[in-house]
Amino acid sequence: MVANIKDKAVIVGVGNTEFSKNSGVSELSLAVQAIKTALDDAGLTPADVDGMATFTMDTSDEIEVARALGVGNMSFYGRAHYGGGAATSTLHQATMAVATGMAETVVCYRALNGRSGHRFSGGVSGDITTADAIHWGWYMPYGLLTPASWVGMFTQRWMHNTGIGKDALYEVAKSARDYGANNPAAFFHGQTFDRAEYDAQRMISTPLQLFDCCQESDGGSAVIVTTPERARDLKQPGVAIRGVAQCAAKDQEQMTSFYRDEFAAIPEMEIAASDAYAQSGLTAADIDAAVIYDAFSPIVLWQLEAWGFCGAGESGDFVKDGALRRDGRLPTNTHGGQLSEAYIHGVNGIVEATRLVRGTSVNQPDKTVNHALVTSGVGIPTGGAVLGKLDL
Amino acid sequence: MNEEQQQAFEDLIYSYVGKVVCQRMPAKDAVNEPMIRHWAEAIGDNNPAYSDPQWAADSQRGKMIAPPAMMYSWGQEGFPVVAQGRTPDAQSELVERFNENGFFGTLGTNVKQEYFKEVGIGDTVYMEMVVDNISEQKATGRGIGYFFETLATFSDQHGDPIGTQRFRVLKFIPPAEQAAASSSDNDEALEVPTRIASPRGHDNKWWWDACDEGKVLIQRCKNCQTLRHPPRPMCGECQSMEWDSIESTLAGEVLSFTELHHPKIPGYQYPLVCAVIKLAEGTNLVANVVGCEPEAVHIGMQLQGKVEQIDAKTMLPQFYPA
Ligand SMILES: [Zn+2]
Repeated sequence: MVANIKDKAVIVGVGNTEFSKNSGVSELSLAVQAIKTALDDAGLTPADVDGMATFTMDTSDEIEVARALGVGNMSFYGRAHYGGGAATSTLHQATMAVATGMAETVVCYRALNGRSGHRFSGGVSGDITTADAIHWGWYMPYGLLTPASWVGMFTQRWMHNTGIGKDALYEVAKSARDYGANNPAAFFHGQTFDRAEYDAQRMISTPLQLFDCCQESDGGSAVIVTTPERARDLKQPGVAIRGVAQCAAKDQEQMTSFYRDEFAAIPEMEIAASDAYAQSGLTAADIDAAVIYDAFSPIVLWQLEAWGFCGAGESGDFVKDGALRRDGRLPTNTHGGQLSEAYIHGVNGIVEATRLVRGTSVNQPDKTVNHALVTSGVGIPTGGAVLGKLDL
Repeated sequence: MNEEQQQAFEDLIYSYVGKVVCQRMPAKDAVNEPMIRHWAEAIGDNNPAYSDPQWAADSQRGKMIAPPAMMYSWGQEGFPVVAQGRTPDAQSELVERFNENGFFGTLGTNVKQEYFKEVGIGDTVYMEMVVDNISEQKATGRGIGYFFETLATFSDQHGDPIGTQRFRVLKFIPPAEQAAASSSDNDEALEVPTRIASPRGHDNKWWWDACDEGKVLIQRCKNCQTLRHPPRPMCGECQSMEWDSIESTLAGEVLSFTELHHPKIPGYQYPLVCAVIKLAEGTNLVANVVGCEPEAVHIGMQLQGKVEQIDAKTMLPQFYPA
């Protein structure tokens, strides 16, 4: 069964806070700043909001956000689990609420002091006995307890299986950095690197070096979703959600699905891709630009294959042909990505994908962008969304 | 220290960044021949530019100069500091904040000087100093700690810059204190940090208890005989909740691996390699590969494991080249 949600929910406002390494303010403050910016962008006020969607990891409760912003009564509040896997799941929640009439205007948000507060690079620890903590317990005693180490384990095998080398990882990191260097909002604005500098960075967990890993950032991002009818009365051209899917695939663990017959694979993303395409009636050929979750450089390559932009094992050649560049087949992570703009758990990616469809990215490709893809994290239950011009 | 306490502590220490340790002050004596001579003798520097007025007068500079590395010496106080102690300043206060919070250890790690202009006999060296930066918390070989760096800036009587000196210091929790600081209950303080243990609950305690006794077990469905790892309460194949286990021979093969470089976590020994290992019984297990250089580990490598005592609290399977 294909979910009947195409064009029933529309992104009408987006907003980011400033990105930094030390915001000096609370995560709640970042959340409400981002939401206020997104509401202003849409031409809406807090009183128009009747629903919210965020991550289970987010520390800013909906009701605290509502009181701080001056939001009135809410009829919907939903959260999605699994870290960065929840990025487009916020859209998934918002779309279901708006399409069914459970709410009319839903704010998706994520705000974190990811550098000055709790840092993911510090790894997991086993203080509480939950099913999740017991899961991490199979890895912590051996020292396998950071995101880079889990992704390193998958990457090593994937490179072994495909013969794809670091030159492809470099192109993912380098293209993101070149975009970020040209984005005044990006942390790495004005700072690019070359191959020698990339190679000289310290090893984090083999085969991942520093520039293969995203930043840790302080900041917030927000996206406003409402009905197509309402969207047509608002300030910005509407960006419709043509398809949005999430998937937890068989034998999934959180970042450590090492027990499948071939574990260097992301079946959850392949299934989400197929579902989102089916909802939208579109294929990879219709997608003009993309924001692909890039906590680490290799995971962009896997997703290019999962979303059908190239065949299995062909993503290395695909990116080395310049596909991710501004004049390439699929301009990707034009804001600089999480590698070079900021790590806001993928929600800054939804902001950028919206801008690509509006035609307002700081690195807007010359060609018309009718449809853009945005995806969530890899290695966890995940998903993605296909966005398009509301009235094409 | 819990997360909140650490946050409060870091807010406190980071508030020292940018604080002035001393305002721009002239050295008590102008640059002079006897001090240069003492310094050059102590260092064993025979450069005539520092010791031979005649040679210096005939040289390109036309006069005697002070060794640039002496820059910091001119403003140093000797006997009064020893006799009366140092007047409290931002640096000594910062050190006190570290000490109060258990970061007693002090290690000067490096000094970096930059030189912009030479000074000669009769010039006066002025110095000012600030707390320039404090690192994030680091796990170092000495223990958990923070690096702080002071920046001294030197100038002459005309206000011209002479040079700068950065002095980097590690303030750390010495290992014995470290274990005590991290122990949240009334357990005896440990001498050395140990590896992070898995929490033990209904579904996994039996496995870790067996590991403590030197055995790696694999859960087996009593109904359909399917092996499963990691353990779970129900068989995903037949939904039976009845299970027993078999003991693994620990013969295995590397399916993938990663060498952990950064961050280095207290209690773990580096180099450190983790691998997904296919056991001869058919299930996969994550464990360490030891007994060879990390560079020798490769996909397809045959291994033989044994359960070993890693530290005072930790028994784990470790795999060696077969
Ligand atoms: Zn069974």
